[in-house]
This record gives sequence, C-alpha cells and structure tokens, in this order.
Amino acid sequence: MIYRESGDFSETYPADSQTFPIKFDRYRYYAVLVVAFLIIPFFINDYWANAILVPFLIYAIAAIGLNILVGYCGQVSLGTGGFMAVGAYACYKLMTAFPDISIVLHILISGGITAAVVTLFGLPSLRIKGFYLAVATLAAQFFLVWLFNRVAWFYNYSASGQINAPDRTVFGYLVTGPNTEAWAKYMICLVFLTFAGIIARNMTRGSLGRKWSAIRDMDIAAEIIGVNPLSAKLSAFAISGFFIGISGALFFSVYLGAVEVGEAFGIQKSFLVLFMIIIGGLGSIFGSFAGAAFMVLLPVLLKNILVGGLGWDTALAAHLEFIIVGALIIVFLIAEPHGLAQLWRIAKEKLRLWPFPH
Amino acid sequence: MFDQPESFVTADGRTIGGVMMEMKNITLRFGGVVAIKDISFDIREGEIRAIIGPNGAGKSSMLNVISGFYNPQDGEVWYKGERRPSMKPFEVARQGIARTFQNIALFEGMSVLDNVMTGRLNHMNAGIMSQAFWYGKAQREETENREVVERVLDFLEIQHIRKTPVSRLPYGLKKRVELARALAADPKLLLLDEPMAGMNVEEKEDMSRFILDVNDEFGTTIALIEHDMSVVMDISDRVVVMDYGKKIGDGTPTDVRSNQAVIDAYLGVAHD
Ligand SMILES: Nc1ncnc2c1ncn2[C@@H]1O[C@H](COP(=O)(O)OP(=O)(O)OP(=O)(O)O)[C@@H](O)[C@H]1O
Ligand SMILES: [Mg+2]
Repeated sequence: MIYRESGDFSETYPADSQTFPIKFDRYRYYAVLVVAFLIIPFFINDYWANAILVPFLIYAIAAIGLNILVGYCGQVSLGTGGFMAVGAYACYKLMTAFPDISIVLHILISGGITAAVVTLFGLPSLRIKGFYLAVATLAAQFFLVWLFNRVAWFYNYSASGQINAPDRTVFGYLVTGPNTEAWAKYMICLVFLTFAGIIARNMTRGSLGRKWSAIRDMDIAAEIIGVNPLSAKLSAFAISGFFIGISGALFFSVYLGAVEVGEAFGIQKSFLVLFMIIIGGLGSIFGSFAGAAFMVLLPVLLKNILVGGLGWDTALAAHLEFIIVGALIIVFLIAEPHGLAQLWRIAKEKLRLWPFPH
Repeated sequence: MFDQPESFVTADGRTIGGVMMEMKNITLRFGGVVAIKDISFDIREGEIRAIIGPNGAGKSSMLNVISGFYNPQDGEVWYKGERRPSMKPFEVARQGIARTFQNIALFEGMSVLDNVMTGRLNHMNAGIMSQAFWYGKAQREETENREVVERVLDFLEIQHIRKTPVSRLPYGLKKRVELARALAADPKLLLLDEPMAGMNVEEKEDMSRFILDVNDEFGTTIALIEHDMSVVMDISDRVVVMDYGKKIGDGTPTDVRSNQAVIDAYLGVAHD
C-alpha cells in the first residue's frame, strides 16, 4: 500500500480541520516546498523560468483568486484580464511615483487597489446572477482595457502607450527589469504564490469560506442561517480581486517587464484563467494549481513534440491546442465539474485501497 | 384560557411561558391571490405550536412572514414585546429564529459537518487577518463551534455521517441534517415546515422524539407545520388551523379536534 490513512486518526478537532489531515499528504506537501524553495532555484535557467515556471506561479495566483469567486462563492466573472490590468497599472504607478518604497509593498498595495475595484464591479451581483453577471463582468473587462489605453495618466504619458517596469530590488537582488536573473524572478513569484495558497486555504476552510459556499449552493438557505448576502458576495469579490491584482502586478513587473494592455490583459486572459479553474477544479485550491500547470504546460509540450519533434507547422500546433483545450473544457464541464483535483482525489481513493480493492 | 399574559401549566403538566411572538392582523397578497387574510395568533415561550390546514391554506406563507422572506401588506409582527420593523431573512436569523424548509434547502456541495457548521456562522466573528493566517480567534472559534456542532450531531444521531456530502444522503437523513443546521444556531424560536413530510412511520417517530427532546432539553420554542394529525395531536401544545388563508381554529389539540369549522375544512380534502 503506497497511500494509507488507516491508523491515522485525528484525535482533536483542530487536528481534524487541518489542511492535510493524512500524514502522507502532509509529508508530500513538505517535500514539494523543499523542492520548490531549496532545489529548483539552483537549477533554474532562463528558458524554464520564462516558458514554464514563472507564468505557472503567476497564473496559479490568478486562478486561486478567480476560484474563490467562481468556485467557492459561485459568482461568474469574465473580467479577470481587466482586473489583472488594474493590478499591473497600479503597480506601475506606485513603482514610478514612490521609487524608494519596496516593490513587495507595491505589489501588495496593487492587490488592495484591485480588491477595491473588483468589489465595485461586484456590486451588480447583488441583483443579477449567472449569465447576466457574466455579461456585466465582461463589460468591466472591456471598459478597463479601454480605460488603460485611453487615459494617458495611467501610462505616464509615454509615447508608446506602453508601461515599462523599472529596476527594483529585494534584499539587494534585482527582481524587476531586463537584467533580472531567472532564479530571482522565480523566487519572488514563488513566495507570493505560497502565501496566496496558504491564505486562500485558511479562508476557505473557516467561517468565511462556509459563507461563500453557502451563497453558492443556495442563497435563500444562506440567508436563513444569517448570512448577509451583500457582505458575503462582496468579500469574495474583494479577496478574489486582491489575489488577481497581485498576479497582474507580478505579470507586468516581474514576468513581462513591458506591457501593452490590450495584448497582455485582453479578454483571452479572462478565458485562460477561467479555463484553468474549470480544468483544474472549481472550489479547490489544489485545482487552481493543477489547472494553471496544465494550461501553461500544454502549449509548451505541444510545441516541443509536434513542432520540434515531428516537424509540424507552428500554426497547426496552435490550432490543435485550441481543439484540445476546447474538448477538455466540454468534457470537464459535463463529466467532472470538479476537474483534475477530483480525478486526483479519486486516484487517491483507489490507491488507498490498492492492492485490495474491496 | 389563553388570554393569560403570563405562564401557565397545560393539562399534561407542561409549563408554557409568556407571549414570545405575536402576529397581529397579518394579510399577505401575491397579486390577486390572498395567501393570508387578517390572521392573528401568538407563540408562547417554551411551547410547541402547530400550524395545520389543507394544501394551499397559507401555512408556509405564514412561516415565510415570520422569517422575513415575505413582508405582509397589512399587520404587525411583535417579537419579545417589541414591534418588529420589516426585516431581511438574515436579520431575523440573527434575532435567534431558525427554520427548516418544506423542500429541503441544504448546501448540496458541502459535507454534513460543513452544513451544520454553517448554522454556527452567527456565533463566529473572527477578523479577516485571523482567518487568513489561521491563528488566534479563527482557530479558537472553529474548535469551540465544532464542539457545539458535534453535540448537535450526537443529539440527532448523525455523527457517523459527518463527513458525507449531503447530496449522497437519503431524504429522511437530509431532513435531519437540516434540523441539525437549524439547531446548531442555538435558536430561541425554531420554525419547522413539514419536518416529517415523506417519511415512513418509523422515521416520523424518530423525528417526533427529536422535536420533543429539543423542546425539552434546550427549552426551544417550536412552531411547526404538519399534515399528519396524529403527530400534531401527540406533540403540540396548541394548534392554529388555517384554511384558504383564514384562521378557522386556535386552541389545544383537543379543542381543535372538536371544532366544527375544522372538521368541515378537513372533510373531503385528501390527506396522506
Ligand atoms: N411566492 C408566491 N407567489 C405567488 N403565490 C404564492 C407564493 N407563495 C405562495 N403562494 C400562494 O399562496 C397560497 C398559500 O400557499 P402556501 O405555500 O403558504 O400554502 P401551504 O399551506 O403551505 O400549502 P402546502 O400544504 O401545500 O404546503 C397558495 O395559493 C399559493 O399558490
Ligand atoms: Mg407549505
């Protein structure tokens, strides 16, 4: 038996409500942390950082944010791209206006500003649901991109209309700007993702998370047990916005360095993050990681195998990617709404019994 | 005999307190439909109050008025000696009124434990930072409220299914989980809309016993809607009878059973 929970009983309520009640899971979690923090930084190179690891880390933060809103609280949003743009532009304005203040603080404040903006766009959710809310957030998406394109103040009146991240350091090491080393980019994103994951997990297992899930599952019943739908929904929008804003700030300052809003934060981005949580698993923090990894890895794998290995045309490989993602979305939506996270859970259940299935 | 403002002792020796909730001349209309027509009645501290009547009589509508889902066009709701302004359901809940629904309203995506834990939400107020980092109050109140919930699960004999997703439970158990969620809130007044509908005899007996025990052990005042007359006669202290939105009877089970208007209303109406 590889995976076991027998003989592994929780004896206290705190032990029972911890994140990884099963020892084996806990050890694996520590192992992942050790590899991520102590091993990868020494082996990472530019290709791995830029093509896979850094985008994965940043998208995972965005996916956690969106999952809180959609997966936990049941409020649809198609505005993720625009909300990431808020984080990016807030970060840019802060970096240029207060060059002496730590970039870490700027990124956090950008998250806070995005939280406020997203909460504002969440107000209609008190009246409208489902499809109509999706349309309202879609409007937010287009409005925000238009705003950052139109109002020159946001890009400091630069001639190109782009924003560029100046050099900033943390503990003396460059983390933004073109001369940043791969490990430093990776590290700062990893730290933010680790905190995002822990905080999101804590919030979703406690009273806040139960309020959100109650609203998602049945808002009438949620009200009858004393949940104020206004504050429950808006808190989900705010916290979701906080994480999405941080991911947008990192995407601009650490990953891309230079951003043109329509290109970096267009509607495709909203769908990309939404696909991540659908494929990864709605209402699951682990699913947010899995979905982000999947959507980042898929095009890289296809490109390496089909274009690099079999000599396919690049455009053809890109089309195949669309087809695969589209098909998977349909499969997951119909057959497994809880995504990869659920498949993982089922696999674990099987393993737990293996080799004696009965 | 029910005009006394203060407590009294019933024929079977149960002590009933003063008026807790009073509905005064309630009228509720849905467009042209008058669901409740000028009804007044009260609910007293510590009693089990039944609301009966044929289908469509307006019983659920009455509970919905009490719990704040509907605002009556006319009439006043008095709670604990004060006139209640029009309130949202969550505000009513925070006054210590919990309920269950005729059609079960559980959170299907959550486990039994989480469903019942939601009943404690009004007793939990850890700040956002404490929740984010899971230290101090958030952790403490989770444990404290978990203990309360475990006692409720134990009381209703559903401890063994605490980790089961409610969507996998059979109907009878779902009803019990819904009662557990309402009980976990530690309500002063508990409203039950047909808690035994669709149950077999044995399940009904269990449920009756739970309702009596809740009333007995926690002193919870209970207002319930029920179609099964034998159950109503067995467990309730006083009964309100409704028909076509009007009140046609109010009194002890014995009074009501011998009331001609009530007998007429029930004649020819098929009930299971
Ligand atoms: N939301 C609503 N909109 C319109 N009409 C309603 C609404 N709720 C109830 N009614 C009407 O009010 C009347 C009373 O309904 P109610 O559900 O209160 O009856 P009930 O006594 O609970 O019946 P049952 O025993 O079938 O549950 C019915 O005619 C019903 O159609
Ligand atoms: Mg009814």
